Amino acid sequence: MTHPFSRTAARRVATSLMLSAAMLGAGLTAAQAETLRWARVGDALTLDPHSANEGPTSTLLHHIYETLVRRDTDGSLKPRLATEWFIHPDDPTVWVFRLREGVTFHDGAAFTAEDVVASITRVTSETSDFKGLHTAVAGAEAIDDYTVHIKMSGPSPLYVQNLTNFFVMDKGWIEANGVETPQDFKAGEEKFTVRNTNGTGPYTLVSRDPEVRTVLAANPGHWDAAPAVTEIVYTPIKEAATRVAALLSGEVDFVQDVPVQDIERLSNTAGISVTTGAENRTIFFAYDMTSDSLKSVPGDNPFKNPQVREAMALALDRDAIRQVVMRGQSVPGGQNVPPFVNGHDPALDAYSAPDYDAAKALMTEAGYADGFSVDLHCPNDRYINDEAICQAYVGMLGRIGIKANLVSQSRTIHFPAIQNGEVDFYLLGWGVPTFDSQYVFDFLVHSPADGRGGWNGSRYNNPEIDAKIESLATETDLAKRDATIAEIWQTLQQDRVFLMVHNQLLAYAAKDNVEIAVHPENQPSMTTVTFK
Amino acid sequence: MIAYVLRRIVQSVLVMLVVALVSFSLFRFVGDPVATMMGQEASQADREALRDRLGLNDPVIVQFAGYIARAASGDFGISYRLQQPVMELILSRLPATLELALISGTLAFVFGVGLGVYTALNRRGWLSGTIMTVSLVGVSLPTFLIGVLLIWVFAVELQWLPSFGRGETVDVGPWRTGLLTPSGRASIVLPAITLGLYQMTLIMRLVRAEMLEVLRTDYIKFARARGLSDRAVNFGHALKNTLVPVITITGLQLGSIIAFAIITETVFQWPGVGALFINSVQFVDIPVMAAYLMLIALIFVVINLVVDLLYYAVDPRLRLDRAAARH
Repeated sequence: MTHPFSRTAARRVATSLMLSAAMLGAGLTAAQAETLRWARVGDALTLDPHSANEGPTSTLLHHIYETLVRRDTDGSLKPRLATEWFIHPDDPTVWVFRLREGVTFHDGAAFTAEDVVASITRVTSETSDFKGLHTAVAGAEAIDDYTVHIKMSGPSPLYVQNLTNFFVMDKGWIEANGVETPQDFKAGEEKFTVRNTNGTGPYTLVSRDPEVRTVLAANPGHWDAAPAVTEIVYTPIKEAATRVAALLSGEVDFVQDVPVQDIERLSNTAGISVTTGAENRTIFFAYDMTSDSLKSVPGDNPFKNPQVREAMALALDRDAIRQVVMRGQSVPGGQNVPPFVNGHDPALDAYSAPDYDAAKALMTEAGYADGFSVDLHCPNDRYINDEAICQAYVGMLGRIGIKANLVSQSRTIHFPAIQNGEVDFYLLGWGVPTFDSQYVFDFLVHSPADGRGGWNGSRYNNPEIDAKIESLATETDLAKRDATIAEIWQTLQQDRVFLMVHNQLLAYAAKDNVEIAVHPENQPSMTTVTFK
Repeated sequence: MIAYVLRRIVQSVLVMLVVALVSFSLFRFVGDPVATMMGQEASQADREALRDRLGLNDPVIVQFAGYIARAASGDFGISYRLQQPVMELILSRLPATLELALISGTLAFVFGVGLGVYTALNRRGWLSGTIMTVSLVGVSLPTFLIGVLLIWVFAVELQWLPSFGRGETVDVGPWRTGLLTPSGRASIVLPAITLGLYQMTLIMRLVRAEMLEVLRTDYIKFARARGLSDRAVNFGHALKNTLVPVITITGLQLGSIIAFAIITETVFQWPGVGALFINSVQFVDIPVMAAYLMLIALIFVVINLVVDLLYYAVDPRLRLDRAAARH
């Protein structure tokens, strides 16, 4: 691919245009097409690749550092620093990775197997925020310059799915700068890696002013085809109205977090196009199904009664929530797992229309003809219109006599309350980064034990299901494994462990000439952007 | 005099300590920082371990004592969110906030006094009526809405001014300024107006009321009787005598402008300490919240101390009282 400008010239032109655009709000010109000004709600927290397991941080770092494998926009795994990966034919506990040859880090060092080993050591260290994805790792070994063996504590047929945010660092650079472990907050000093980078990625860091502006330039030494975007100017804009205004006034080219209420207006604006796509995240209600008494209204636990759970499902009008609360920006469903995840079943995902008479009859049969009272806990700063979804459902529950008292709080209070089992009935969203149902079962379904069931606020406790979930981790026969997943889902749907509402949709807005595909993990890569 | 100053300084330190204690006891209600610091895969044990490392499991009073001890030695910790030293973060954001506060304070003072004098002198003019009506809007509309409206008109529709950010900045020593570049100057206009509008209307109404009062006094009548020009009477005599309370109010308001720039900074993505604070609250970044609240307390304490000392210097009665009390 050739470029009309040399890189420095393009940057100079782009900078001067940026200045004039900032002053005059000037429109787009052809020369500017090399720079992409990218705005989203928040900034990356740090540039350390193993220190913050958080969406915006990983999204930015994917441009500077690279992973062994990457997640494509259709959800499939694609080669990146690894060209091939498989379970060792003689030892089911060993994953073999064949590495790409001829890759160099930004400082010129060659990329070899030793770098992967050093990065595995770093990502599994005590202060790493990603260590939860690598708990099964026993150690890594460089077989030759371009082959790595990762030894697991037992068979781990799906471990490679955990590697889409595992960034590889240079061993020599780690040692030279004394950054063998990620940021330790207790030590009270800043790590070199928070502001300095040395990856193999398609872009190099030019400058960074946290929460103001981060500038990246295309890496001329990158192994892959040169991207159309040669410079990225990344600016967080927190306020939704300002973010949209900046796009309309031509100060940014691409807005990643578009508020749902602006989607329609933006798509009707000349010069701006909006792309929507499914996000890997379900939104659902869950309730404490096993305790003898509610916490908010002590004495009894109506959620133990299957008829009550069925009545609540019949009272949930998903289409109304989609239309009124989400302005059409959601995909309602009945199975608590996104469509592209292994284990999703269209038959289970089908949902029925609300039937308030049947729901009331069930409530009467269950002995709750007069309904009951309960607190509904809801986050108000985490998911798209999270609080409004809860408000809508409170109204629907009221029609069958359930008086839900809405407690809406910040995620910083809501999430610990779920993890500590302090709530009876709550809304939660769940993404599945491994694209496999086991991730859902491990955290939301398995009874709390041995690092599993950390988010099981339903207090669902089914030893038979627990055993099946544990078998998934080590089952290497994938057909048999899929059958077990299907069985588990059947039971969960029968027991109504989750009250699934919908899958979230993502909306990206950009200038008409910018083409970008929605990424299910909301981690778009600017290397995929093309200009019309 | 020295005893008085010392007493005031001791009081100020006490105020700061109380502010710190109150904010520490409030932090536990903001939420759990560990919930945002760790990804959803983190196990309960991992969370507990991090909580332990951060000292969040200690009683509030122990956390407070530890914080004060470290703060006294200049160590304000590492931001949970941005992983950088807190003092460095705050100092790097402070110039943006101070520049914004200074420009909007100046705008508010100049236009407030000017319009106040004009409306006082032309009490019945149609323009005065219009100004007074419009100023009601300035007082009653929330800052957020004013900011968004200005962005809509001047950034989106007219495309004269930028909608967000600080433009290009230049480092002058440790001070990062936006006032030396054209894009930086263009960027400060809308936020400064948004932040200063309320103060401007306040000053305008104060000046107008004071002027009307002064214009009725005898010495103004005598001045006119002496045949002095309107200009000399209005500005040399009347305005001068209205300015004492106006300056006091403006000085005190400067503290609030710095402290309450939060909303303006958020609307315009202005990289100041207010925006830093609001992001920190949402993340439960305790080290930054604590340092910010201490800083704001310090600003108010210093302003009040200076005002008190000025009174002491300006008002002889204060000195006389104390001298008398000693005998």
